[in-house]
Amino acid sequence: MIQADLLPVIWALVIAFAIALYVIMDGFDLGIGILFPFAPSHADRDTMMNSVAPVWDGNETWLVLGGAGLFAAFPLAYSVILSATYIPIIVMLLALVLRGVAFEFRFKAEKSRFLWDIAFAAGSTLAALAQGFVLGAFIDGIRVIDGRFVGGAFEWLTPFNGMTALGLVAGYALLGSTWLIWKTEGGLQRWSRQRARVLLLAVLFFVAVVSLWTPLSHEAIAARWFAWPNLLYLSPVPVVTGTLALLLWRGLGQERELAPFLLTIGLFLLSFLGLGISLWPYAVPPEMTIWDAAAQPESQIFMLVGVVLLIPLILAYTAYSYWVFRGKVGGDFYR
Amino acid sequence: MDLDAVLLARIQFAFTIGFHILFPTLTIGLASFLLLAEIRWLRTGDGEWKSLYRFWSKLFALAFGMGVVSGVVLSYQLGTNWGGFSTATSNVIGPLLGYEVLTAFFLEAGFLGIMLFGWNRVPRGVHLLATAMVALGTLLSAFWVLAANSWMHTPQGHTLRDGIFYVVDFQAVIFNPSFPYRFAHMAVASYLTTALVVAAVSAAMILRGRRERAVRYGLAYGLVLAALLAPVQVVIGDLHGLNVKQHQPIKVAAMEGLWETTRGAPLVLFAWPDREAETNRYAIEIPKAASLILTHDPDGEVVGLRSVPPGDRPNVPLVFFAFRLMIGLGVIMLTVSWIGSWLLWRGTLLERRGFLRLLAWTGPSGLVAVLAGWVVAEAGRQPWVVQGLLRTADAVSPVTAGPIAASLAAFIVVYLGLLVAFLAYAGKLVARGPQAEGDTPEPKLQMAGRS
Repeated sequence: MIQADLLPVIWALVIAFAIALYVIMDGFDLGIGILFPFAPSHADRDTMMNSVAPVWDGNETWLVLGGAGLFAAFPLAYSVILSATYIPIIVMLLALVLRGVAFEFRFKAEKSRFLWDIAFAAGSTLAALAQGFVLGAFIDGIRVIDGRFVGGAFEWLTPFNGMTALGLVAGYALLGSTWLIWKTEGGLQRWSRQRARVLLLAVLFFVAVVSLWTPLSHEAIAARWFAWPNLLYLSPVPVVTGTLALLLWRGLGQERELAPFLLTIGLFLLSFLGLGISLWPYAVPPEMTIWDAAAQPESQIFMLVGVVLLIPLILAYTAYSYWVFRGKVGGDFYR
Repeated sequence: MDLDAVLLARIQFAFTIGFHILFPTLTIGLASFLLLAEIRWLRTGDGEWKSLYRFWSKLFALAFGMGVVSGVVLSYQLGTNWGGFSTATSNVIGPLLGYEVLTAFFLEAGFLGIMLFGWNRVPRGVHLLATAMVALGTLLSAFWVLAANSWMHTPQGHTLRDGIFYVVDFQAVIFNPSFPYRFAHMAVASYLTTALVVAAVSAAMILRGRRERAVRYGLAYGLVLAALLAPVQVVIGDLHGLNVKQHQPIKVAAMEGLWETTRGAPLVLFAWPDREAETNRYAIEIPKAASLILTHDPDGEVVGLRSVPPGDRPNVPLVFFAFRLMIGLGVIMLTVSWIGSWLLWRGTLLERRGFLRLLAWTGPSGLVAVLAGWVVAEAGRQPWVVQGLLRTADAVSPVTAGPIAASLAAFIVVYLGLLVAFLAYAGKLVARGPQAEGDTPEPKLQMAGRS
């Protein structure tokens, strides 16, 4: 049956789309939290927070869609991945709780404001770290027997996963700093430009390490990339990544405002594509494919109808909301 | 999977979902209340309605933020705590929660920014639309999540093969037998709870000497809405109870504390249900009243707990007392809102400081009643997670007790801290009260954000 073969592919693309949007959109507002403690002044912190206050919970909704989509379309993957990464997932959730409420509480607090500054910064950083550990555990593979996770509670805690975690923190911070270049001006903008250059170097380092480490420790992934003629077809991925990185470095040196943010998004999408190439067609590497993990076709179709009809609408009103809050942000912007 | 881990997973989920439900209850009600206030403002041009809106929208934002963050936790806890459940039921539950995200969460999040920060950036019509979309989103969210929950109580529209549920008919799944009752009961509960909270907070402000119209509007609208909604809730609750009796007789037996299947069953006002002896101690009963309520016939038959083995019964005292707590609070809400509306009609409400104080203290009773009601519904379904088909013990994830206990402790510490902060900042907003809203440009505040 063609349909039963094709549906999981479509759903894998839908979920990849939701995760990519999540990583980019919540990435920049988590990045702002990561940069928060290093901001030049208190007033700049207000500006940083204001730049994402009207949009952050829409951004985070893509994470919920990723979770709900995975649950609906690939239930086996959902239960295996979340069982295997129980501790980092819980840490991520608690961290997201703390940084989320900081948006509400910080501006209402006076004496205890520093507490919500800490909650916002630590929550954002911890959430990014935890997501990086989950990502690493996913790439590295999860031990499954009869559709159930059979490893221990701390299997996610490995040096490789630590690398992906630090890489993701640097990546989010880069997104956050280039967002600030676009949305702010003056001293904060200059500061963001300087930080972005350092962060870009860090991101490239981590991307390189993870890109080399992965094929070295996984033969199948090495074969995917380096076998002929794949090497030829896939070579644009690292080449374009390098080009974008170069353009971004130069864009940060010149007075470009929007370009660095867009180029960073490009870098994220290419890294994402690289992961997709390495891991296709597994819903839970190294053994459970998207077809193994798929829900019944009727359920996938029922929800796909909603996705096809509603996602364009969601993108439209999300874009409208970003457009309403366009322009540079100051400390007293949203009155 | 040892039993401790099952119990810990249940306690953790009950705690996180119980904490969460308080905030959607408030935001479902407040979003519609804000829509009402904005329509009144646009209709009458009375700036007091706008200042009422701005005041309650700040409390709405606080509650909404708490609801969002505690809700994200739940969408992943289905996997972390209930891996067996999610594997077995994902074909059914997954699409319903997916539709909740697509139709409700994005709608709320997409328009909330405009609703809170967009006053000077969009035309009035667009702002009204944003409020309406947020209100619609909160209701749609309740629609889907209650469809999913109701299916767990009265499953239909599926087949069960090798321990996995497969959907045959989505319409039957969504509109399962208990869904209309549960959805109506929860929607009205949200409106009633919020109406009373609005009235209570307004009463507290009046007691502190705030007498501007924005506060008095809140008091009057909250009281009258509560007085209208409370009897509606009694009728819906009764219909819901009849539905439960038809589909989950053992849950009703636990609610009523009825051990033997009886014709002409008495209504137990108070007792101590003894699970070992399978009887009630210290019972105070009204003869035949339970049969009359549940079958509308004084000699009607009501199924007792002993008709199933002990392993298939819920925790009887828990369900029994939670049910009484809910009913008792319902009676209090009805009485207070009717007395208040009568005083309002007589024109003496503002002078009755004793009553205003009572009203202020009654404010949280809807929230407690909602929690008690959910304990009745969910604990009453045990030992099943999907009634009659999937046991809770088979629904947990392959995670050991250690990590669950540690994360439970972390959730308790973090959530209690958040609750304290929420109450402190909400209290601060209430102490400051509504601010006059003229058509003149507002003075710039030092800080903006969601303030």
